[in-house]
Amino acid sequence: MKKLLKLTTVMLTVLLSLGAVTQASADKLKVGFIYIGPPGDHGWTYAHDQGRLMIDNMLGDHVETTFVEGVPEGPDADRAIAKLAETGHKLIFTTSFGYMEPTLKVAKRFPDVKFEHATGYKQADNVSTYSARFYEGRYVQGQIAAKISKSGVIGYIASFPIPEVVRGINAFMLGAQSINPDMKVKVVWVYSWFDPPKEADAAKVLMDQGADIITQHTDSTAALQAAAERGIYAFGQASDMIQFAQDTQLTAILDNWGPYYVKRTVDVLMGTWSSGDTWDGMGPGMVGMAPFTNMPSDIAMMARETAESIRTGAFHPFTGPINNQAGEEVVAAGETADDGMLAGMNFYVKGVDDKLPQ
Amino acid sequence: MLRLEPRSTQSFAAAWLSPVMALVLTAITGGVIFLAMGKDPSTALYIYFIEPLTTTSGLSEVAVKAGPLILIGVGLSFGFRAGVWNIGAEGQYIAGAIVGGGLAVYFYESESTLLLPAMLVFGMLGGMAWAAVPALLKTRFNANEILVSLMLVYVAELLLVHLVQGPWRNPQGWGFPGTRMFPDVAIMPLLFSGKRAHLGTLITLAVPFIAWFILAQTRFGFTVRVFGSAPLAARHAGVHGHRIIWHSLLIGGGLAGLAGVIEATSTIGQLMPNISPGYGFTAIIVAFLGRLHPVGVLLAGIAIAVTYIGGEGAQISAGLPKAVTGLFQGIILFYLLAFDLFTRYKIILPSRRTAAQ
Repeated sequence: MKKLLKLTTVMLTVLLSLGAVTQASADKLKVGFIYIGPPGDHGWTYAHDQGRLMIDNMLGDHVETTFVEGVPEGPDADRAIAKLAETGHKLIFTTSFGYMEPTLKVAKRFPDVKFEHATGYKQADNVSTYSARFYEGRYVQGQIAAKISKSGVIGYIASFPIPEVVRGINAFMLGAQSINPDMKVKVVWVYSWFDPPKEADAAKVLMDQGADIITQHTDSTAALQAAAERGIYAFGQASDMIQFAQDTQLTAILDNWGPYYVKRTVDVLMGTWSSGDTWDGMGPGMVGMAPFTNMPSDIAMMARETAESIRTGAFHPFTGPINNQAGEEVVAAGETADDGMLAGMNFYVKGVDDKLPQ
Repeated sequence: MLRLEPRSTQSFAAAWLSPVMALVLTAITGGVIFLAMGKDPSTALYIYFIEPLTTTSGLSEVAVKAGPLILIGVGLSFGFRAGVWNIGAEGQYIAGAIVGGGLAVYFYESESTLLLPAMLVFGMLGGMAWAAVPALLKTRFNANEILVSLMLVYVAELLLVHLVQGPWRNPQGWGFPGTRMFPDVAIMPLLFSGKRAHLGTLITLAVPFIAWFILAQTRFGFTVRVFGSAPLAARHAGVHGHRIIWHSLLIGGGLAGLAGVIEATSTIGQLMPNISPGYGFTAIIVAFLGRLHPVGVLLAGIAIAVTYIGGEGAQISAGLPKAVTGLFQGIILFYLLAFDLFTRYKIILPSRRTAAQ
């Protein structure tokens, strides 16, 4: 919050100095968003939409925002992005991994439009990438799960076997092992970001296999609600989902895109935007944790401490010794995985009860 | 009680008017819905149905979106006319993309101009091979082609995911699912710079007319029409049922496969898990909306494509939710089925005496 206030003051000063410029050009800057799901998913897309609304709230006098929802990752994405560019949007956020190639393609056709692609790895002169270190929150969740689980089996609903998702599973596993080395994580791949019935089915399968804690790397509240029906605990994802499962949600990873979105919009307004790659975590506040609920106070205390030491940089979730499934050491004792290894992560750490699809 | 009684003769005009009336009533119903949402109905309808057709980039996008729907729809209409229910065009589309696109994956450094034509041929063969399975099982074991072709959709989807995550995965792709980008010679040339309409779009627009010719002018077209309307009579006349099943499925599969490889070589430029937003299924609606007539399918494909493009425009310029697109497609189908019912059946009102009972 303090950071937010600071940002606001900086922004206001900027805007006051900007006043003269924008009055000259009466047109507002148009900022567009491409969403994979509906803002009402109360997860991934909802979190991005909250970021968009922050732009509206803070820069509404100078900026107008638009979004296109439910754009499939594939041939349609190109058209939807281009349509935003054609209709005068000068800054466009494409908020799913599968928009990477379409974003680059459209960016080539519209060199004077700035593009921001979430969770990708390819940049261009007018294409930036940004993502959050969600794995930091996963580690905390793993610790909580290991403390609370009685069966010792965690169910993990995964979307696509890409490094971002694999990294989350590994961080969760490492967190769980730090409490109980015998913890097991079972994984079900649903090959979709947003498909509530599929997400709920996956949760049921995992619970049938003995999982007594559910977590997910998909966008809806379905898995959490499926867990609530069976009376077991689960985690929210991307936003605080407590209102959907009062007695079920232990905590949730919060994606806090707003400050980044506001900053990049101001950069465009001021003409200081340049292409780059941003990967922020709890430290800068891009990742947060929802309140620790439905757990004894000592576990909540432990979770808070872990989160705090990750936030300050005192602790890195991928600290060695870390072994892969074959038992080979991938990070030596006392060392931490570098960003290169994290960004391209395509192996499971020891203890994950699944074979990585490849 | 109201009773439905089949009409002895069906009016040709009514059959063709019903999709038109369905569209008109959909627009009216849509206007009412927009009004209820607090939007100006005429503006919203304009953005939805007219605006996509007023700009060159809009027209280009409509053509690109309609392309696979038309290709698959034309192919399916052959089978549907003959009473062969191929529901698995989605799988045949994917199989075509895999087999055709696979060439570009293996010859990723190729500079040969023969690569693209070869991919198109392979794509068609891939779709045909996928459709040959239900044809074989139907003719050999009388297995229901609806179930077999539908099940094979899931097989094709899983095969694609396996390939792009495993053996065909881009070695420079950081483990992300997807093949290398195709080489330039495997990409459909664009028709106009800055627009996405491509050579494949032209193929798409030509196919319905070729199909029309085949249906109307060839012996094969004649047997398809006869077999569909009077299978028993057709058998007596010496038309071989098995042959019709094979031909229907191979044509449907071949065109779906062609659509798949055209899409892979144009708008996508690689193979990846999501190469189809359900074209194979939407094309079934398109085929029926187009009265199973090739030129009708062409028009229906364009109409459905307009609802997609207009739906995006409506989100951007009118702030309407995406759900409206699905709503419109549902309403069109609803009215179409309703009108079809009335063209094929007449309603017998209850006489006073029966009503009193």
